[in-house]
Amino acid sequence: MSTRSKIMAAIKRIAKEQNISLPRLDDDLSLNETGLDSLAFAILVARLEDDLGIDPFTISENAMALLTIGDLVRAYKNVHA
Amino acid sequence: MFTPESVGLRDYLSPDSRGRTISDAHHELSLSESYRTTCVTTGVQQLAGRSVLLAVSGQLLSALAMIEIDGVVRRMLLCPPDINPNLIENLIKEAEIDAIVTDEPQRWSEAGINVLTVHFPEPTDVRQKTERATDWLMLTSGTSGAPKIVSHTLDGLCGAIHVDGTSQGTAPVWATFYDIRRYGGLQIFLRAVIGGGSMVLSEPGEPLTDYVARLVARGVTHISGTPSHWRKFLMSGSVSHFSPSYVRLSGEIANQAVLDGLAQAFPSASVGHAYASTEAGVGFAVTDGREGFPASLIGQHSNGVEMKVVDGSLHIRSKRTAQAYIGRDVAALMDSDGFVDTGDMVELRGERYYFVGRRGGIINIGGLKVHPEEIEAVINRHPAVRMSRAKSRRSPITGSIVVADIVLAANGIGRERKIRDEIISDCRDQLAPYKVPVVISFVETLDVTPAGKLARI
Repeated sequence: MSTRSKIMAAIKRIAKEQNISLPRLDDDLSLNETGLDSLAFAILVARLEDDLGIDPFTISENAMALLTIGDLVRAYKNVHA
Repeated sequence: MFTPESVGLRDYLSPDSRGRTISDAHHELSLSESYRTTCVTTGVQQLAGRSVLLAVSGQLLSALAMIEIDGVVRRMLLCPPDINPNLIENLIKEAEIDAIVTDEPQRWSEAGINVLTVHFPEPTDVRQKTERATDWLMLTSGTSGAPKIVSHTLDGLCGAIHVDGTSQGTAPVWATFYDIRRYGGLQIFLRAVIGGGSMVLSEPGEPLTDYVARLVARGVTHISGTPSHWRKFLMSGSVSHFSPSYVRLSGEIANQAVLDGLAQAFPSASVGHAYASTEAGVGFAVTDGREGFPASLIGQHSNGVEMKVVDGSLHIRSKRTAQAYIGRDVAALMDSDGFVDTGDMVELRGERYYFVGRRGGIINIGGLKVHPEEIEAVINRHPAVRMSRAKSRRSPITGSIVVADIVLAANGIGRERKIRDEIISDCRDQLAPYKVPVVISFVETLDVTPAGKLARI
């Protein structure tokens, strides 16, 4: 599975667990519009750290400025590279 | 303090009490005859009025030394075997120790303090008398931070024992998973000495099955330990042939799963949980088989104990609490009304109070707070779970999130995926979303501290 598909799968799983109905996860969808709250993001980041071995939020100060789904995927890909 | 009527431990061991013993894995000694023997090479009278550090490697010799020096020395600081050696110098200073009683004199040769050696008991003609009420100094068993020194009187330590009364009929044989130099273990040792029974000591590093075999061989009837001790016991499958009549849990939250497990393992025993701490002494015991305690215990005087709940924390006032913290710059042990704030948080549900955790152990998830014990209580109710530990994991988003480590019972091995889903589902049903563990890991064991408490790192 690619980094992108792992991220998407993790988001969908958390949304299901938290009873959040997700819109279509296009790259230009803003993270605010996903409906995920800060707890859901905290869970996402922890699970992705276990899965991918990285946590771009702790490594890079810029990561906090993420705006969209596309930014999120790039943040993980960039750290990975 | 000199009081002519002071009663020491030796005074409970009268010559007419026969056949009482104290044993560890290697030796069995007579308790009844201990008044005729001495362990202190150069005579215990040398220690009169001194402040003594009791630093003996094993429990058996420690027990005999306690009996011998109680009522002779001014202070006796009990040194548990696991104490960090780096802390001892400071403890000696804070407690104004001026003599060390030990079986390892070479270890203390640099201490610059009078060192007296103890050895296995030898007959003596000297009949030592109780001369004063010795202050019993103990270390707190907190799961974090440096231990504090608290001061008890023998009278206060024995307060709950006198209330319970000595047992009728066959003399009890006591045992405990605790070390007797900890509050929980000392309570059992004192019950054995005062209540007219015998005692079987635990042995560090001894396999549980060997320990239980000793308990059976020595006919142990009364036994205590922490819920963590008992979970390990239930996990080991060593229950067979052991049938004590009195089983107690203390030192940690006893939840329904471990109470039910013990009731099932010992169908004919009185299974109960007691609330006690090194600072607050023995508060109360609950023997109705249910976790928590009746709300009616709050606010009333019962057996000399008075309790109240302030900002969720249990406060206790009684003659069994410690007298004070010892040392320079120490905090007050009790408030101006004499209540000790235990830091153990309770919650009222219906007619019962339930323990929810330690005040200092709270996990903060983006401003929302949870006690790890609350999560563990839900997890431990799953029939395939033996032990669990919820803990904080750092999160760049919320500061912390909750994760859990779980030890499965034998019937859970191989079914991890299904059990994980069931536990998550249980947690979702019973806990707020931020309290549900984000990651569950199955582990072989969870560490238990030398004081018998689940290690929380």
